[in-house]
Amino acid sequence: MQNSLLEIRDLKTYFFTEAGVVKAVDGANVDVRPKETVGLVGESGSGKTVTALSALRIIPRPGRIVTGSIKFDGEDVLAKSEEEMRQLRGPKMAMVFQDPSSSLNPLYTVERQLSDILMLHRKLSKKEASQRAEYLLELVGIQDPRTRLKAYPHELSGGMKQRIAIARALSCEPSLLFADEPTTNLDVTVQAQVLELMKKLQHDLGMSMVMITHDMGIIADMAERVTIMYAGRAMEAADTKTIFHEPKHPYTEALLAAVPRVDQRKILEVIPGNIPNLIEPPPGCVFNPRCKYAKQVCIDAAPPLEEVGKNHWAACHRWKEIRLRGV
Amino acid sequence: MMPQPLLEVRSLYKHFDVIERGIVRRKKVGIVHAVDGISFDIQHGETVALVGESGCGKTTAAKAILYLEDPTSGEVSFDGVNVFETFKSGDKATRLKLRRSMQMVFQNPYASLDPRMTIYDIVSEAFLVHKHVPKEKWKDRVYEVLKMVNLEEYHAERYPHEFSGGQRQRISIARALAVEPAFIVCDEPVSSLDVSIRAQILNLLSELQKKHGISYLYISHDLSSVRQISHRVAVMYLGQIVEHANTDDLFGKRLHPYTQALVSAVPIPDVEKKTMRILLSGEVPSPINPPQACRFHPRCKYTKDICKTVEPKLEEYESGHFAACHFAKDFL
Repeated sequence: MQNSLLEIRDLKTYFFTEAGVVKAVDGANVDVRPKETVGLVGESGSGKTVTALSALRIIPRPGRIVTGSIKFDGEDVLAKSEEEMRQLRGPKMAMVFQDPSSSLNPLYTVERQLSDILMLHRKLSKKEASQRAEYLLELVGIQDPRTRLKAYPHELSGGMKQRIAIARALSCEPSLLFADEPTTNLDVTVQAQVLELMKKLQHDLGMSMVMITHDMGIIADMAERVTIMYAGRAMEAADTKTIFHEPKHPYTEALLAAVPRVDQRKILEVIPGNIPNLIEPPPGCVFNPRCKYAKQVCIDAAPPLEEVGKNHWAACHRWKEIRLRGV
Repeated sequence: MMPQPLLEVRSLYKHFDVIERGIVRRKKVGIVHAVDGISFDIQHGETVALVGESGCGKTTAAKAILYLEDPTSGEVSFDGVNVFETFKSGDKATRLKLRRSMQMVFQNPYASLDPRMTIYDIVSEAFLVHKHVPKEKWKDRVYEVLKMVNLEEYHAERYPHEFSGGQRQRISIARALAVEPAFIVCDEPVSSLDVSIRAQILNLLSELQKKHGISYLYISHDLSSVRQISHRVAVMYLGQIVEHANTDDLFGKRLHPYTQALVSAVPIPDVEKKTMRILLSGEVPSPINPPQACRFHPRCKYTKDICKTVEPKLEEYESGHFAACHFAKDFL
């Protein structure tokens, strides 16, 4: 087993709201090795974003990490002081958010937003930072970077803003990048540009990436390994090929059967019901109300994440008995 | 001989003026060419998809067809009736009759349902307007349409906020079905829904079509769902249709370089199938000053001189397969 750069074990992050305790993440396990891309797949409310926020310790209130361990480069992230975390965020771990219009500050120019980070972490002078910012824009494929540096976010298109958000995340050359649905708000042709760019940058800079998405197509294209999340829990984790060909969790199977694809017409299999309420998740396995293989045992107890094959984990009581179809 | 289509759209234009507001007067500084001369037909019981990226004019086109936007010019006939004439100068009864047969389901089910109305009120509001159901039958009829979209009777007394996104989209569909329309415009009906819910709605739409022979104009940027649900596809770029064919023909053989790039950009959920992505440079230009001649030429890798000077016409290259490209023959 290779050493992990990021190792998340049994993470539980709850939000203590007036309506009750929202178990946004309720047992997540993620491993990221150096230079690899791990896909974190799930629908809304599956806890994929909160898992990433937990690793960076930037969970908004009233959220809190309840239990679990997060290790980055062998060090315990949860034991660090706020000052030490600040040294970690940016130079070591960085994040690209889903909506570039709200993650960039509308009051500052692109130059200011990029060079502030460089002056803080890299102790560059204003002039050096500005030059470096220009180089970063070039790196993410923005034409005429000198002019663009002077622009405010509202003067730029969605694709361009996302490129700048990526440039900002990469400014201190982190060893791990969280990309939270970086292309969901973009048109497909622009999405293709941004994905190719991220692949190239990851390769050139030799960093690890956690790709958070609900799109199995992006996973097939980008990720080497995948963790499938549902209602705050890790359901299955394996390398991408195994997930697609030999899923061992009914949710993974159902998800693959429910997504339409552009290269063929197929019969879409419906997953009945809705995504569960996270204040009162269903007892036992969280997927049991929608699972066609569910038995009494699935309602009685939550299944642990078990090793079902080489580097392949699944949280299902019945994985040995049932035969699932992949793609 | 083709049967008489249900809907015929001919040279539809919708332009918006760009107004600059000065202190004293307003000045027209430009024109947004949102929809720039599109034509297509929809047969009875058929789904035609209008696809394209944001800003290509697909939603504006749909709104103009339903006369929710006043079109700049063009003609739409529905079941032999001239739509724009009817809405502009017809009497109330004929207008209502036409409105009843053409409905719309909107993209965002969180914004398209009135939060202060119960589901019963939302669905039965159509009966109030169209008076096609006697009052004593309202309840039965509401239950009937809810059943058609797989919702239960007790849901009728609830409010929109009590439902999930997928259920809300079912309610929007139920509301459209309440007037027994022959034609529904679905504007990105699944794009705001979770992947596990999308299949539910797509299958529901197909099922309703099979049972009741409803025709759809399906507007979407998501080519995977388009491939799944539509019989024919029209690809739009900057207000114009650049390619138009049967779904399988279009995905099988793309005659326009824009369609080629668009389809190749969609990630396929299959590890064995790596698509050769055709990366386009830059982004969609502004529809205020669209490029001259072929609108795609600044981003096209096959551009020759003719593309910059002569506008390509939408021509038929194979039976039912139309493309607007000077070099479409080369891709046959």
